[in-house]
Amino acid sequence: MITSLARAVGVTRRYGATVALDDVDLDVPAGTITGLLGPNGAGKSTLLNLLVGLRRPDSGRVELFGGSPLDAVNRRRLGMTPQETGLPSTLRVGEVLDFVGRHYPDPVRVGELLARFGLTGLERRQTGGLSGGQRRRLAVALAFVGRPSLVVLDEPTTGLDVEARRGLWDGIRAFHADGGTVLLTSHYLEEVEQLAQRVVVIGDGRVLADGNIAQIRGMVSLSRVTLRSPGLPDLPGVTRCERDGDRYDLHTPDADQLVRDLVHSGTPFSELQVRPTSLEEAFLTLTVPPTRSHEHPDSRTHPDSPHTHPDPHTRITRLARTDTPTRGEEGVRR
Amino acid sequence: MTSTAGLALTHARFLLLENLRVPIAVLSAALFPALSLLFFVVPFDYADDPAAAATAVAQLAVFGVMSSSLFTFGVGVADDREKSWDPYLRTLPAPVWPRIVGRLLTGFVFGVIAVVPVLAIGAIATSATATGAQLLAGVAALLVAGMPFLLGGLAIGYSMSVKAALPVTQLVFFPVAFGGGLLLPPALFPGWLQALSPALPSRGARDLVVWAAVGTPPSTVALVAFAGWTVLTGALAGWAYRRDQGRRFH
Repeated sequence: MITSLARAVGVTRRYGATVALDDVDLDVPAGTITGLLGPNGAGKSTLLNLLVGLRRPDSGRVELFGGSPLDAVNRRRLGMTPQETGLPSTLRVGEVLDFVGRHYPDPVRVGELLARFGLTGLERRQTGGLSGGQRRRLAVALAFVGRPSLVVLDEPTTGLDVEARRGLWDGIRAFHADGGTVLLTSHYLEEVEQLAQRVVVIGDGRVLADGNIAQIRGMVSLSRVTLRSPGLPDLPGVTRCERDGDRYDLHTPDADQLVRDLVHSGTPFSELQVRPTSLEEAFLTLTVPPTRSHEHPDSRTHPDSPHTHPDPHTRITRLARTDTPTRGEEGVRR
Repeated sequence: MTSTAGLALTHARFLLLENLRVPIAVLSAALFPALSLLFFVVPFDYADDPAAAATAVAQLAVFGVMSSSLFTFGVGVADDREKSWDPYLRTLPAPVWPRIVGRLLTGFVFGVIAVVPVLAIGAIATSATATGAQLLAGVAALLVAGMPFLLGGLAIGYSMSVKAALPVTQLVFFPVAFGGGLLLPPALFPGWLQALSPALPSRGARDLVVWAAVGTPPSTVALVAFAGWTVLTGALAGWAYRRDQGRRFH
């Protein structure tokens, strides 16, 4: 029995001189919702393209339903969304659903899909005449036409309003409740938090972390504390510290505790500011360990070097430790 | 699962639907060769000479096949490649070739759309006549005659962006069509063009169809050149296709 519906093992992919993916491992077990989280350009889409057979890895191995995704047979239980801007503009909504359905042995009826994705009444509308949100819903509906077991969604709700986004989330949850497996990408932590049990953080073409929501939130929900001071003592819980003259820029999962420690230390300071870090800033903390200076950019092309390839699991442990119960869950929330 | 041959038909059907809903594309494919016949042949003397009229009809039929091949494959494929729909279709459980066959069938239908009005006007408004056998031979010759343009269109479509494919197709199309004698019979050309004409793929294509439908023997040089062009454009199309696949899907 196959327990892993999609798998990447030691996959590296370059585009010319750019390394898009660097020795990446990913496993998508049946019945899970896995969120790929990362800033734009992190390599999420490249990884999806490899998994669905649109691209080939330069090295490493990719499996879909236990075989090669380049084999059409192995894509029978896969559902994917097109980019909604690419829908053939002169075809009608019903025709697009019908056309895609003809590639599958037992497609879902068009009427049922229309109802499920809030497209009832639009069957005879040409896709070029749909609103952006309607087009997005049609694109997502296409992933479900063939009764898939694995659905791959690339940024499913970007550009949707709050209501449409929640509707789509409900749809994904219902699919999962029926035993479906989902792999989705997002650059919103909130979206991944709402849907996924498991989060894989990708940055700079590498898997930076792979864990459950609580672990990842501890890693990426950081606060940024800036202040001026003639000199700071060693403060616990600082994951990243930058100094420019008397200006300090500190990242921490628990800003309250940091400020408390700062006051207790008696160090003079001024212009204290606390604000949540953006996901991008948090990723920077993950990419550049606080104890080490910037990597030489060239070292990225040597994936085997242990210095350039920190084990994600040890990093989770290190960062998760700062998320101790004494500080409470609230302390790390943005 | 639908058989893969059935899938090719499905792709052809929806590609046709997609294209037929752009009325201007259909009209320009259908009208241009027919209007050329109406304006440049019908009003003149040689429309009354059965052989000359049949030759003119054959030439314009080649013209229609040439334009529909170059445009559906040159511009159409380039357009397809720029849309994210094409990569999406590759994630469906089907091999690549039903899409390609579907596109070939679409080009074939557009060829029919271009040729039928020419034949109709030729039959009604000129003295051109053809037996069933001549007509059949002519249509078969048209299929062969379209090859270098089909392949050349694919070479353009797989190697260029829409922005480049459109002007390149237009630039290639008209002089080659004219020089090959698709608009005026080559006998009316000035000497230098008469010398150049057999080297063009359109001349061999014309000679083939005129030979099949009217019986005028073709120029050997033109036929050899035509075969050469077919091989060359085939090689170019294969190269462009592989290069494009390598860039987008490797």
